[in-house]
Amino acid sequence: MSDMSVLEAGLLAEIEGAPDEAAIESVRVAALGKKGSVSELLKTLGAMTPDERKAQGPLINGLRDRVQAALGKRKDALAAAALSARLASERLDVTLPVQEAPQTRGRIHPISQVVDELTTIFADMGFSVAEGPDIETDFYNFTALNFPIGHPAREMHDTFFLPADAAGERKVLRTHTSPVQIRTMLSAPPPIRVICPGRTYRTDSDQTHTPMFHQVEGLVIDKGSHLGHLKWVLEEFCKAFFEVDSVKMRFRPSFFPFTEPSAEVDIQCSRKGGEIRFGEGDDWLEILGCGMVHPNVLRNCGLDPDEYQGFAWGMGIDRIAMLKYGMPDLRPFFDADVRWLEHYGFRPLDLPTLAGGLTS
Amino acid sequence: MKFTLSWLRDHLDTSASVETIADTLTRIGLEVEGIRDPAAELAAYRVARVISAEQHPNADRLRVCMVDDGSGTPIQVVCGAPNARAGMTSVFAPPGTYIPAKDLTLAVGTIRGVESRGMLCSAFELGLSDDHDGIIDLPADAPVGQPYAAWAGLDDPVIEIAVTPNRADALGVFGIARDLAAAGLGTLKTAAIKPVPGQAPCPVGVTLPEGDDRRLCPAFALRLVRGVRNGPSPQWLQRRLADIGLRPINALVDITNYLTFDHARPLHVFDAAKVAGNLTVRRARDGEELLALDGRTYRLDPGVVVIADDDGVESLAGVMGGEHSGVSEATTDVLIEAALWDPLNIAQTGRRLGISTDARYRFERGVDPAMTLPGLELATRLVLDLCGGTPSDVVLAGEVTPPRREIAFPWSEVERLTSLSVPQADMEGILASLGFAVNGSSDGATVVPPSWRADVEGKADLVEEIVRIAGIDRVPSTPLPRLNEGVPKPVLTLLQRRTRAAKRLLAARGLVEAVTYSFIPEDEAKLFGGGTATLKLVNPIAADMSDMRPSLLPGLLKAAQRNADRGYADTALFEVGQIFASDEPGGQSISATAVRRGTARPAGTGRHWEGGGEPVSIFDAKADAFALLTALGVSTAGVQIVPGGPAWYHPGRSARLQFGPKTVIGAFGELHPSTLKALGAKGPIVACEIVLDLLPAPKARPTKVKAKLVLSDLQPVTRDFAFVVDSTVAAGDILRAVAGTDRALVADTTVFDVYEGPHVGDGRKSIAVSVRLQPTERTLTDADIEAVSTRIVEAVAKRTGATLRT
Repeated sequence: MSDMSVLEAGLLAEIEGAPDEAAIESVRVAALGKKGSVSELLKTLGAMTPDERKAQGPLINGLRDRVQAALGKRKDALAAAALSARLASERLDVTLPVQEAPQTRGRIHPISQVVDELTTIFADMGFSVAEGPDIETDFYNFTALNFPIGHPAREMHDTFFLPADAAGERKVLRTHTSPVQIRTMLSAPPPIRVICPGRTYRTDSDQTHTPMFHQVEGLVIDKGSHLGHLKWVLEEFCKAFFEVDSVKMRFRPSFFPFTEPSAEVDIQCSRKGGEIRFGEGDDWLEILGCGMVHPNVLRNCGLDPDEYQGFAWGMGIDRIAMLKYGMPDLRPFFDADVRWLEHYGFRPLDLPTLAGGLTS
Repeated sequence: MKFTLSWLRDHLDTSASVETIADTLTRIGLEVEGIRDPAAELAAYRVARVISAEQHPNADRLRVCMVDDGSGTPIQVVCGAPNARAGMTSVFAPPGTYIPAKDLTLAVGTIRGVESRGMLCSAFELGLSDDHDGIIDLPADAPVGQPYAAWAGLDDPVIEIAVTPNRADALGVFGIARDLAAAGLGTLKTAAIKPVPGQAPCPVGVTLPEGDDRRLCPAFALRLVRGVRNGPSPQWLQRRLADIGLRPINALVDITNYLTFDHARPLHVFDAAKVAGNLTVRRARDGEELLALDGRTYRLDPGVVVIADDDGVESLAGVMGGEHSGVSEATTDVLIEAALWDPLNIAQTGRRLGISTDARYRFERGVDPAMTLPGLELATRLVLDLCGGTPSDVVLAGEVTPPRREIAFPWSEVERLTSLSVPQADMEGILASLGFAVNGSSDGATVVPPSWRADVEGKADLVEEIVRIAGIDRVPSTPLPRLNEGVPKPVLTLLQRRTRAAKRLLAARGLVEAVTYSFIPEDEAKLFGGGTATLKLVNPIAADMSDMRPSLLPGLLKAAQRNADRGYADTALFEVGQIFASDEPGGQSISATAVRRGTARPAGTGRHWEGGGEPVSIFDAKADAFALLTALGVSTAGVQIVPGGPAWYHPGRSARLQFGPKTVIGAFGELHPSTLKALGAKGPIVACEIVLDLLPAPKARPTKVKAKLVLSDLQPVTRDFAFVVDSTVAAGDILRAVAGTDRALVADTTVFDVYEGPHVGDGRKSIAVSVRLQPTERTLTDADIEAVSTRIVEAVAKRTGATLRT
């Protein structure tokens, strides 16, 4: 075995055994440094004859290259091991809980969500959203809607009154959203298609009534809309709102001062274990009142009932929210109990759309 | 309105089942609210014979009876009734029977050591009467083993319908029968009502008000029947009244109640012996009083119409009779009154005096004027049949003139309003069967509504009559054509869009939406700038729901406290809803208001291993306000933050948000401790409120194209400055001074540290600002940066007296 082979074997063994970067560096200096063993051999090439150089050159250069490669390889291995060790020491407990995002904590009240659902459905059918004041005059809330003074139908409304003014007129908290119909008809000519969601008030408070509640009214006025159109609009609405393929509805003749003919509408449903489902079953549940706009109401709004006609309907927003989402009781709607709101409320990004569905 | 099947059959010849009748009633607009079948409720009770009744060995007042219930095996029953005796026929309830009057289900029991397997029943226990003196004593031929209810004729189903205010005619069984007959469910029995001839003049005269007040009582018919024997009415009549929930009193009273329900014709009976002189219908005098039949004394005023005699007020017209002249079992001469009253006046009287009676209910909805005299005849006939006596002639004061209304009715109207095509003959038939006079051609008809349908005024009413009988379910559903072809256009107004966006934004910041009442207590309204007289309810349902709210804060603050009281101290609540500054439409606006309590900060609520648990600060509220404005498309750059919010805020920890002194759009801050105390709430609570109606509309732009984006290739440079200022100096002033130095170059300024303490001295603070310089033309040299830095320091020093911290 030549001296060079001995040197090489020794160097490679040292490299392989180097425990860390410092040891590697000292091996490198000892071999390839200015005075290193391999460097010294390389220096001898200068004094050699061309023939010797031709023979020894490749041997010495080969030794240098192999030592260099071994050094590099060992360095990489040590660096990889050091990184592994560092990473191992940097381990975090991934099971620690994170803060809930604000978008996860926040809630939209079911009434707001249902109003957005209603708006989405009716906007597609070309209905705008009309609004009016909560504090109304007797004219808008009753007289223009064909409630004669002293008529029992007025009494049924359990009205909240505000103090009489100098002229003896007393305003009321609107008992229904129907005055918005009048305001709409008085402000713009037909064709009219609006829904009017809003707060309404009656002096009524028990298990199923609160003195404040929400209604949505619908109004269509033009020169040809009839009871058949009304039926279709309500059927389409109920299918879309309750997100079922079909609904069966029952129209019962009824009475409202501001519509003629008038009807109440029941929707077919099943009730199993306290859960209401639409589109199936053989129970009937009343959900709204409707009818053709009374000629007197049209006249009160300056429209000729022989030229213009149309229909209106009204229903409880809180009530349809309860029917769709299963809240058993109305009163907690206005109690702001965060437990109730978190359970029955909706996440801020759950925007009802027709393309994506009202609910996801 | 309740009635029984047999009662209906008095007026309607029909073989229809009770189910068919109920379905039809609902279909034609007389909604069935319930059907009660007493036979089903009393199914367990059977006729039984008492075989033996022996003294109970251990109790003086009990007997041990052996009962034959038809099964063949005698049953031992312990009975406490004094009338229990061997051989009697009674009613037996076996174990397992529900006893309505006692709300218990019978079990086999042992009474004083003797086993008892069921119960011999009194009428009280069956819920049939108040009589519980003894067990029911039936005739000996009652069939042992048969259901008692069927044998006793108690199997008459009771139907209850909801009658809408327009259908006064359906407040009588006859009117209901008429509707059912029109709907094809049988034939209406329309025997003419025969007048009963009087045998003497009526000795009592009647005077009606004259002039304008005649409308209060257009007609008043009266007749005397002498020599009546008043007492309990016959079983059939008592049964009918009891079935619909009325208490039988005596024959004369029962007759008036019966006709009230049978023909929707309320009547009144006076004991003629108690009436002094003639009767006068007049307005009550101020301060007059009447002890009425309900045992209460009413103080009257001229708004109330009364029937008076020489001694004073005897009856409240159309509402309730007086105790003094009321009939009793001692009555021998009776005056029967059938009058017409003004519906509006009756309604007002009933409401003011707080009296609800079946008579008021009918008169205020409108009683058929044409039934005034026939009603009196029907009553006379019943009195004669049940109580005997001799009738006088009828005295009629005023006159019965049913309004006659002619309606020109084109047959096409039904299809125009409903799209339902009904053959003309059917339309005529329906109207005729409902009592309308129809005089028509192929185009249309002149229709005269019957006297009992004062609600029918015009064409639309006739359409309803035809459609409800023809079947509203037959109207085919028809797609409503779109007004505009193509993709629907957006429909929401700016305020509607902003209301929606405000809700979504606040929820996305971790707040939970509440909906609280629009009315709040007066003291709370006053705390928040409200409580004006015009916004106070005259008739609140509770004292703490008296005033229209001037702010959403009281409702939210109290809600946060309620949640805290339930153990949820860290709540973030918001509401976007109406507030009221006046009772005019313009006084109502939409406020978006958010409150944060405890540790409910935007980043997270409560303690957390990563940090948190600090109480909410006004900067959380300010962040809510600014996020809200940005989401609503309002640039926050122009918003002025004026220290010191409205009175309900901490004066040093709140601010108004405004565009100028006259355009205050909201506020934020920490709530004033006194405000919280007055509300019974505890902090820390911060809030922000913005009135959406006051926000400026975005500028209208012709296109949706966004402003051109200019990006610089040149490297931005950031320099930090620590300014030491008097502690009263506003950081906002420093930032404005920095920004104003070179608007082209200063791209962004942030406060990254605020320090108060020994290093800067008392009454001083250090505000550290980071300034980003963005060159647009050439890279900044050190000299450029030095120059702009110097100008920044000078500008801030000039504006705030700041020195650079060393």
